[in-house]
Amino acid sequence: MSAVTVFGLCAAAAVGLGLYGLIANPQPLRKIIAFNLLGSGVFLLFGIVGRRGAAAAFGNDPVPQALVITGVVVAFSATALAIALLLRLFQIAGSTTLDGPAPASPPSDPSGG
Amino acid sequence: MLPPAPVLVTTAGGVLLVLSIALPVAGILLAFAFGERYVRQVAFTVMPAGLAIAAAVLVLLPRSDGHLVYLLGAWPPPLGVALRADGLSAVMLATTAVVICAVAIFAATDFRPQAAEARAPFALWILLLAIWGALNTIFVGGDLFSLYVALELLTFAAVPLVSLDGRAETLRAALRYLLFALLGSVLYLLGTALLYGLYGTLDIVLLSHRVSAESGVLIAAALMTSGLLAKTALFPLHLWLPPAHAGAPAAASAMLSGLVVKGSFFILVRLWFDAMPGLPGLAAAQLLATLGAGAIVFGSVVALRQERLKLLIAYSTLAQIGYLFLMFPLAFGASGKLENDQALAGGLLQAVSHATAKAAMFMAAGSIYAGLGHDRITGLRGVARALPLSVLAFAIGGIALMGVQPSGASLAKELLLQETARTGQWWWALVLQAAGMFTTAYVVLVLSHALAPSDQSIALVGRAPLGRDLAALALALCSLLLGLLPWNSYLPVRYGPTSSLFGIDALPKLLLPVLGGAALAILLSPWPHPLGSSAAWKALIRVAGPLRRGCLGLSSLVVSGDDVLRQWSAAGISLLLVALLLAALMFAAS
Repeated sequence: MSAVTVFGLCAAAAVGLGLYGLIANPQPLRKIIAFNLLGSGVFLLFGIVGRRGAAAAFGNDPVPQALVITGVVVAFSATALAIALLLRLFQIAGSTTLDGPAPASPPSDPSGG
Repeated sequence: MLPPAPVLVTTAGGVLLVLSIALPVAGILLAFAFGERYVRQVAFTVMPAGLAIAAAVLVLLPRSDGHLVYLLGAWPPPLGVALRADGLSAVMLATTAVVICAVAIFAATDFRPQAAEARAPFALWILLLAIWGALNTIFVGGDLFSLYVALELLTFAAVPLVSLDGRAETLRAALRYLLFALLGSVLYLLGTALLYGLYGTLDIVLLSHRVSAESGVLIAAALMTSGLLAKTALFPLHLWLPPAHAGAPAAASAMLSGLVVKGSFFILVRLWFDAMPGLPGLAAAQLLATLGAGAIVFGSVVALRQERLKLLIAYSTLAQIGYLFLMFPLAFGASGKLENDQALAGGLLQAVSHATAKAAMFMAAGSIYAGLGHDRITGLRGVARALPLSVLAFAIGGIALMGVQPSGASLAKELLLQETARTGQWWWALVLQAAGMFTTAYVVLVLSHALAPSDQSIALVGRAPLGRDLAALALALCSLLLGLLPWNSYLPVRYGPTSSLFGIDALPKLLLPVLGGAALAILLSPWPHPLGSSAAWKALIRVAGPLRRGCLGLSSLVVSGDDVLRQWSAAGISLLLVALLLAALMFAAS
């Protein structure tokens, strides 16, 4: 089994585990971690794509690496935003469950609606 | 139709595309630099310039052969990144600019600097500009990875809009939205990784020349499509949409429903029509349209049972999103390939008219809420006298959405109906007619409550400034008059826009949806009508009573089904199922 195949299987496993966690786990923090695992699997896949470019007589394909860097930044920002929302929710509501009652009409917002 | 030969040079006027992205971003940076006190001045300086850029693109596009291209750093694809604009982008750029400006005028009086929540107005202006910049990037982005980044920027700008007032429920709604959107975008990114691995490029024009129906491409297409469906909130992946609208301010809802969901829809159009037009996708397109038909029935029935005006409009958005997907099976030409033709023009026109009309309706609902202090539909009696302009804006927006001539929705419906006849898919014609009736039903329902005469005058808790109503009214009128514009230069519309406008044959086209809609409103709405004590109403109820009870029972079943589908695990499993089904249908066809 070549290194590319091993990495490919690892990427598939990370994507699968991340998907399972994101869908099945009820806790938001674990969902966020699962999202990161899922993202790592996808980034690993980009890395493998770059390695295959290396097999085709290039030194290494640089484009997937640039894409991965960008993707990591995006995933980091997404995680930061999600954690900020989660912390704020915990401060206000004292719990972090997602399955609360549906938002009612804003009681003290005279101009919103 | 062969895809166009790749244009690998910057065309004249291509710099406009860079400006359309750079301007809102510059506005954000300036707003941060100048701080809260000057944020409105910065925004109102950026708006006219943005409108001018969109107008310049509209003017230049027909003169430069329908394509504007800008190569960043003069690097040609596949190594460099190209920005491209065609007719679709130009139309969407202009729509976005108009809607954003109307929302800004609305919000200028809503979010005063001295409002109680000090940071909310500042955040709203920043997010408004951020949404504008992200959408413009989506409309002119020339490769799938730029589109991914723009899509994420759009999500990051839209999520805080949901929780502007900072209450626990809205934070929860924002977190649900963010997590589900992230799930969708990771699936999209996974698809792009597969495509890059196969073809070594993500540039849309280069891909359109290289893509063939290999198994990897089919899997990538299924993953990307289902990810984008989750972001567009197509039924049954709509778990984030109703709670997101429930607690958001009116200006935020107008943007979320009018513009944000159109971003991912536009990428889906690019993916199917431009990047991979040769896929064996007729069966998959039928699935998309079936989900759309489900969204229309489901969203409309739930909308008719809502107690609050705002949630009614939110669920009607769900139905209208479904309408956008009806164009996919109709766009397949005789060659079995997707054609950039009338069906696409109809779908995009529907997106444009929905963006304008729905933003106007949300803004009108916000004014009504501000005036009454609540937005219960049963409590709207007499509001037409107290807040005539708000109700007028809502009514015109609703009428435009119903597809009354000469609105954009009527032109879109006409184009799609012609395509159903041409391709022989009569069942989608039925769905289109039903969609018109359902839209009419909830507009008629609200108007019948709002226009009912009231004996005593209503006590208003506040009065919206005139500018807000005028912004909503202008946007609604835009939507109503869209059908009169010369679309031929940008979209392949062969239909003469003014033909049979006021002819006698327009009458049944108008009467059929109105009568059907009124019947649906009576049968499906559980609320007592303000004129419920009149003799005519009682006689009507006596005749239609058993049927109405049956319909109400069915619709309450639909509502409980909606509660189940909006559970996190149900939506996640639906997402995976949609992806699997799409892949299976494409594999079976290839």
